[in-house]
Amino acid sequence: MNILDVKNLSVKFDTPDGVVNAVNDVSFTLAEGKTLAIVGESGSGKSQSAFGILGLLPKNGHAAGSVKYLGKEILNLPEAEMNTYRANEIAMIFQDPMTSLNPYMRISKQLTEVLVHHKGMSKRDALAESIKMLDAVQIPDAASRVHMYPHEFSGGMRQRVMIAMSLLCGPKVLIADEPTTALDVTVQAEIMDLLIDLQEDFGMAIILITHDMGIVAGSCEDTLVMFGGNVMEYRPTLDLFDNPQHPYTKGLLEAVPRLDQDVQTLSTVSYDFLEGGKS
Amino acid sequence: MITSEVKGRSLWSDARRRFFQNKAAVAGLIALTTIVLISFIGPYFAVWSNEEIDWDVMGNAATLGMPSFESGHYFGTDDLGRDLYSRVLQGTRISLMVGVIGAGISVLVGTIYGTVAGYVGGRTDQVMMRIVDILMSIPFMFVIILLLVVFGRSIGMLFLGIGLLSWLDMSRIVRGQTLTLKNKEFVEAARATGVSTPTIIRRHIVPNLLGIVAIYATLLVPAMILTESFISFLGLGVQEPLTSWGALISEGAGTIRYDTEWQLIAPLIFFVITLFSFFFIGDGLRDALDPKDR
Amino acid sequence: MSEPILSVKDMKVWFDVRDDDAGGVFAKTKKLKAVDGVTFDLMPGETLGIVGESGCGKSTLARSIIRLVKATSGEAIWMGRDLLKLSDSDMLAVRKDIQMIFQDPLASLNPRMTCGEIIAEPLKTHFKGMRKAERREKVRAMLEKVGMDPTQINRYPHEFSGGQCQRIGIARALITNPKLIICDEPVSALDVSVQAQVVNLLMALQKELGISLLFIAHDLSVVKHISDRIMVLYFGNVVEIGTSQQVIEQPKHEYTQKLIASIPIPDPRKEMERRKVRRAERAAR
Repeated sequence: MNILDVKNLSVKFDTPDGVVNAVNDVSFTLAEGKTLAIVGESGSGKSQSAFGILGLLPKNGHAAGSVKYLGKEILNLPEAEMNTYRANEIAMIFQDPMTSLNPYMRISKQLTEVLVHHKGMSKRDALAESIKMLDAVQIPDAASRVHMYPHEFSGGMRQRVMIAMSLLCGPKVLIADEPTTALDVTVQAEIMDLLIDLQEDFGMAIILITHDMGIVAGSCEDTLVMFGGNVMEYRPTLDLFDNPQHPYTKGLLEAVPRLDQDVQTLSTVSYDFLEGGKS
Repeated sequence: MITSEVKGRSLWSDARRRFFQNKAAVAGLIALTTIVLISFIGPYFAVWSNEEIDWDVMGNAATLGMPSFESGHYFGTDDLGRDLYSRVLQGTRISLMVGVIGAGISVLVGTIYGTVAGYVGGRTDQVMMRIVDILMSIPFMFVIILLLVVFGRSIGMLFLGIGLLSWLDMSRIVRGQTLTLKNKEFVEAARATGVSTPTIIRRHIVPNLLGIVAIYATLLVPAMILTESFISFLGLGVQEPLTSWGALISEGAGTIRYDTEWQLIAPLIFFVITLFSFFFIGDGLRDALDPKDR
Repeated sequence: MSEPILSVKDMKVWFDVRDDDAGGVFAKTKKLKAVDGVTFDLMPGETLGIVGESGCGKSTLARSIIRLVKATSGEAIWMGRDLLKLSDSDMLAVRKDIQMIFQDPLASLNPRMTCGEIIAEPLKTHFKGMRKAERREKVRAMLEKVGMDPTQINRYPHEFSGGQCQRIGIARALITNPKLIICDEPVSALDVSVQAQVVNLLMALQKELGISLLFIAHDLSVVKHISDRIMVLYFGNVVEIGTSQQVIEQPKHEYTQKLIASIPIPDPRKEMERRKVRRAERAAR
C-alpha cells in the first residue's frame, strides 16, 4: 500500500477579486521510504498542495479531493483529529528556519515540548531523546548546544534543528518545503545529503518541494512538475530528465544555466503550451 | 504612435476600497459627517441664539426648560435659560475645531521633526529625541492649567497648550517608521541615484508614512477633544459665551439632581458619538492600510 | 592595452560591533571586517562576476565603491579620480555614470510612485532643466528598450510581476547612460524562467551600449554565463580571480573548489555520482 495517495486534489482561495484556483486536480502517490519532488516556480501551487494535505490552509482556503494516508482519508479532517497526524505521522519543515523556531525559547524547550505533548514523555527522557536527535543531524557538541537560543545558530544549523524537530516523533512522511532555498550553496549540499542519509536511516518517505532542478536531480526518485496549479508532468526522475515530454518541463530544464555547459543566450521558457490543452 | 496609456491602480485606491467594505468604519464616517453637518447647518434652524436668555424659563429650568418643539428649545435649556440646541451645536463646532487643529499641528510638527531625526540619524537624532523625552516628562496638564490661570482663559492659550504637547507622540512614531523606511531598498536606490536628502524625505519617506500618520491622527483627535473637555470640565477651558462639550457636560453633570437630565444628555450624546466615530474610522483605516501594502 | 575604467585598491570596510564575548556592560567593541583588502580592475565593456556566500562582503564591497557605505580605507579610482575622496558635488556628477540594480525587485521600487516616475527620477536629479514632456519621451523609449509595454507607464510596482519590476529597475539604471552598472544579486529573487530573460536582457544591453557590469551573485552558474572574469570572495578577501573559464575549470583555491562541487547539476546520474563521492569523503574524515 502506498503511504500517501493523493487524488484530484484542488485548493481554492476566496479573495475580494474572486475565487483563485491555486491547485487544480493534482494526483500522485508516495511509496514508503521513497522521495517525490514537486517542482515549480512561484505561483505554481506546489506549497499550497502541501498545506492543503496537512490542513494548514488559511480561513479563506478550501481543499477538495482525496488524500489517503495508509488507506485512511485525511483531507479536511477536523482540527483535533488532524493534529494527531501532524508531526506524528506527517511532518513538515519550511523554508526559513528562523520563522519556524520561536526566537524566545531555547532549542531544548522547543524540542522537548514536541515530545512531551505528542508522546507523553517525561521532561528528562524528552531531553535525552532531543540530544540524540541533534546528534543524528550532525550538530557538533549537541549536549551543550541544545540549551542555546535559535539566533545563536547559523542558518544551516537552524535548518538541522528544524529537521531534528520534525523527526522527533518518527513520522513516516516528511514534507520539506524549499528547505535549502534560504541557505548558502555549500550548506545546501550538506543539508540535502543529510536528508537523504536520514531517510535511509529512518525509513521515511520525503516530499521535496523546490524550484531547483539541480536539487531534484540529486535526490528524488519521482518528479512532479507544476505550473499555474496544474500538473505538467509526473514521472520517474531519470525519465523526466532524459526525456522531458511536456514543453514546460523542457523549457525549465533548458533555462537553467549549467556549470558544465556553455551557451550564448539562456533559453527561455515559452508559454505556447498554454494556448491549447491545459487551462 | 502612442496607444492610450493604462491608468495605474495605486495603493491608496486599494485601501479606499477595503475601507468602504468595513461596515463599522463607514458607519463612523457617516455619523461623523452628520454631526459636522448638523453643527454647521443646524444653527439656521435655531430659534434661539446661544447667548439669548429666555427670561420665562430662567430659574425654572426644571419645569419649564424641557426639550420641546413648540418653545423652540429643541434640546431644552440650561439653568440660565439659554437654548441648549444652539449651545450644543456651538460646543460641537468648538470641540471639533480644537480636536482637528490640535491633530493638524501634531501631524505637521511631529512628521517634520520625526522624519528629520529618523533619517539624519546619529547625534542629531539622539539630541532631538532626548528633547522629546524631556518634554514628555513634563506634566502637561499642570503646565496648561498654569498657563491658563496666569495668562487668562482664551482659546488661543488653549491651542498653544495643546499644540505644545500633541506633537511629541507623533514625532516618536514617525521617527520609528522613518528608521524602518530608511533601510528599504528603494531608499538605497534613491541614494545611489544621487537624490538629495530633503528630496528623499519628501518623495520617498513621507508618502510611505502617510498611512501610519493618518491612522494615528484619527486617534489623536479624540485625545485632543478629551484633553480640552477635561480642562473645560474643570472650569478652565473656553470663556463664556463660547462653550465646548466639556463645559456643557460639566454644567449638565452639576445640575443633574434637579431633574434636568437633558442638560447632560444632549452634549453627552454628541460627545460619545463623535469619539466612537473616530475610533471606528481609525480602526477601519488600520485594517485598510494593511501592512502587506506599506 | 586599454586602461581600466575602475580600479579598486586594497578596499577595507570594517564595522564596529559589540564584543559580546567579553566585557559585559562595558563591552568593548570589536571590528567586523566585512571587506578586508580587496583589489581588482574592471575594463571598459567588461563584466566582472563577484561570487561568494553570505557574509563574504560582496554587497558591502559594491556599496562602498559608490559610497552608500563608508569605506574604512582603500581607493576606488574611476576615470583617474578616487571616488572615496571626491567632494559631495563631484560625487553627484559621477553618479550619473555609475548606477545600481538591486536584489529584491519589488522592494527596490517606491510603492507610491508610478513606474514612469520611478524611471524618471534619475533624469530629474541629474538633468534639472529637462522638460516634463522630454522626460516622458525618454522614459517611454527606455521601457521599450527593456522589453516592456510603454502604455504601462502609469502603473504601480505592485501591479507588476517580479521580472517586470526588475526590468523597471534596469530601465531606471540605464536612463542616464551610465558607463558602469553594479548589479547586486539582480536575479536571485526571480524564478528560473524569468531569470533567464533578465540575464539575456542585461547581456544584450551590455553588448549594444558597451557598459561595464559588476555582477554580484551567489549562483556560480549564472555568474559564469554572464561574466568575462570572475572574482571569488571569502570572508572579505579575494581568494581567486581569473577568466570565467579558468575559475570554473581550473579552480586554484580550496574554497572555489568546494563552491563548484556544491552546485547541483540538473543531471540525475552526475548528481548521484557526486553524492557518492561526498559521502565517501565524509566517511573518511
